[in-house]
Amino acid sequence: MEKISYAFADGFVIAKRNVIKIKRVPEVLVSVLISPIIFVLLFAYVFGSSINIPGGSYREFLISGIFAMTLIFGAVLTGAGLADDMQKGIIDRFRSLPMSRSAVVFGRTASDVIYNVISLIIMTLTGLIVGWRIHNGIGKALLGFGLLLLFAYAFSWIMAYVGLMVPSVEVINNVSFMVIFPLTFIANTFVPSDNLPTPLRIFAEWNPVSAITQAARELFGNIPPGTPDPTVWPLQNAVSYTLIWVVIIIAIFAPLAVRKYKQANTKS
Amino acid sequence: MNDIIEARGLVKKYGDVVALDGLDLSVPEGTVLGLLGPNGAGKTTAVNILTTLLVPDSGSARVAGADVIESPGEVRKRIGLSGQYAAVDEHLTGFENLDMIGRLYHLGRKRSKSRARELLERFDLAGAADRPAKTYSGGMRRRLDLAGALVAEVPSLFLDGPTTGLDPRSRTELWGTIRDLVSRGTTLLLTTQYMEEADQLADDIVVIDHGREIAHGTADGLKAMVGGERIEVSLQSEASMDDAQRVLARFAVGELHIEGRTVTAPVSGGAQTLTEVLRFLDSEGVKLADVGLRRPTLDDVFLSLTGRVAESENDDPPGNDPSKTTQEAL
Repeated sequence: MEKISYAFADGFVIAKRNVIKIKRVPEVLVSVLISPIIFVLLFAYVFGSSINIPGGSYREFLISGIFAMTLIFGAVLTGAGLADDMQKGIIDRFRSLPMSRSAVVFGRTASDVIYNVISLIIMTLTGLIVGWRIHNGIGKALLGFGLLLLFAYAFSWIMAYVGLMVPSVEVINNVSFMVIFPLTFIANTFVPSDNLPTPLRIFAEWNPVSAITQAARELFGNIPPGTPDPTVWPLQNAVSYTLIWVVIIIAIFAPLAVRKYKQANTKS
Repeated sequence: MNDIIEARGLVKKYGDVVALDGLDLSVPEGTVLGLLGPNGAGKTTAVNILTTLLVPDSGSARVAGADVIESPGEVRKRIGLSGQYAAVDEHLTGFENLDMIGRLYHLGRKRSKSRARELLERFDLAGAADRPAKTYSGGMRRRLDLAGALVAEVPSLFLDGPTTGLDPRSRTELWGTIRDLVSRGTTLLLTTQYMEEADQLADDIVVIDHGREIAHGTADGLKAMVGGERIEVSLQSEASMDDAQRVLARFAVGELHIEGRTVTAPVSGGAQTLTEVLRFLDSEGVKLADVGLRRPTLDDVFLSLTGRVAESENDDPPGNDPSKTTQEAL
């Protein structure tokens, strides 16, 4: 019992430290603020000019996809933050203290939720400016935002694990982009997945990124009228399928990341 | 007396490299053990094992009554560590660093804050308390790091090369601080590659090389073991090197040590021997730049034990450094 309360208390102390760092190194925050704006404008005006969604607005269709993609890219910060920590002498200090062994990773994934919230607010405002609207009422929209944040939180655990495995911060960008690009593009994020070649279509249909995008579109009321109902279970039950992934990802990657942190040795 | 830190037969290998090769250590309560050796001797590996950062391949160790392998969590409650690289968070202020460490020692919110203020005051950092640590000088960071090790008032402290890379003034200041700590009854294990540091601070010294103890004793004991005094002769020119060596070898009671144009010879007989050496050197026509008679330092101890100079700043494996050679007395 004492152990669990220390795990929370220590995780909170580390999260607080990370938040102080956000204030002291605002460069990271600037990229968190600016890249969502760029993504929204770029996709809305470049793709939006030539893609037509029958019966609906492409920009409305697009925004949920951008939300999902940007939040997933944001998870790279979690990995980079941990990789950076592991190279610093402060980790030896942490490892010699009677603190919870999970605090550094828990604290990091918790503090990075702040980035996601900021990023989501910026994207929402930019989206509203370019013509995106919520059609299903504020209650469902809040559920949509909540689900997006939950999915981003789960994904940050994957990146936390990757961040603890890579030898340096530079490596993590390359490694993660190789995974994140296909994951966010072979999906229904930017175009409907129905017209993809069969193997890609199947991947897209079962891709959790498609599910979170579909779920957000449903909750925001951004499914263009006249769109045929999805034919596969994951997209028919997008919210449940997303939640299943959230649970699976955290159940697998949280213990893996904590174990990796315990084993990690900053000294050769 | 109670041993606060004790290690038996510690072995740690990294692939083929043997970092520790059966090291025993014991540090009685309230004393300072200096672990002395060149880079790569295994000092940091020993500290990492005793502070639970590393698990040894074999051997056992207890710190303040807790076993480092069986109950590392208990050990961590009872130790403070200050490493070779100042383990402070450079984006946090001095106060925030110490406050965070207090919280992670589970001192509670109030106690952590008051302890942070107290230590900043004591380490002369109160004026810089609210500045991020990255604006600190090297000496200030080391003091902050050392303060971090003291936050919880633990019974045992590990200082791994506390003054490595510091300028002489900061080093002397830090020594004063460490002496002050020890006078309050803290048990301390200190690693260093500076002989002078061990000489100044340690009650007991273990000299290690290649992960093994090669000598053990007090600073005076180790010096007595090496014995005698040293005559140090600096020549004006390389040309008279052979003559100088021949003369000194006649009086030396051990190996000559040659570094550049300086020849050092262990001698007995003190000033009288020096006078004779000078007379012979003069009659051989050897021109001197400098000459001196001094008592042995721990450098000499290390040199006579290992045949190598201890204070190497590079990370190369200890071994053949062509610029520093020892020669058998003829």
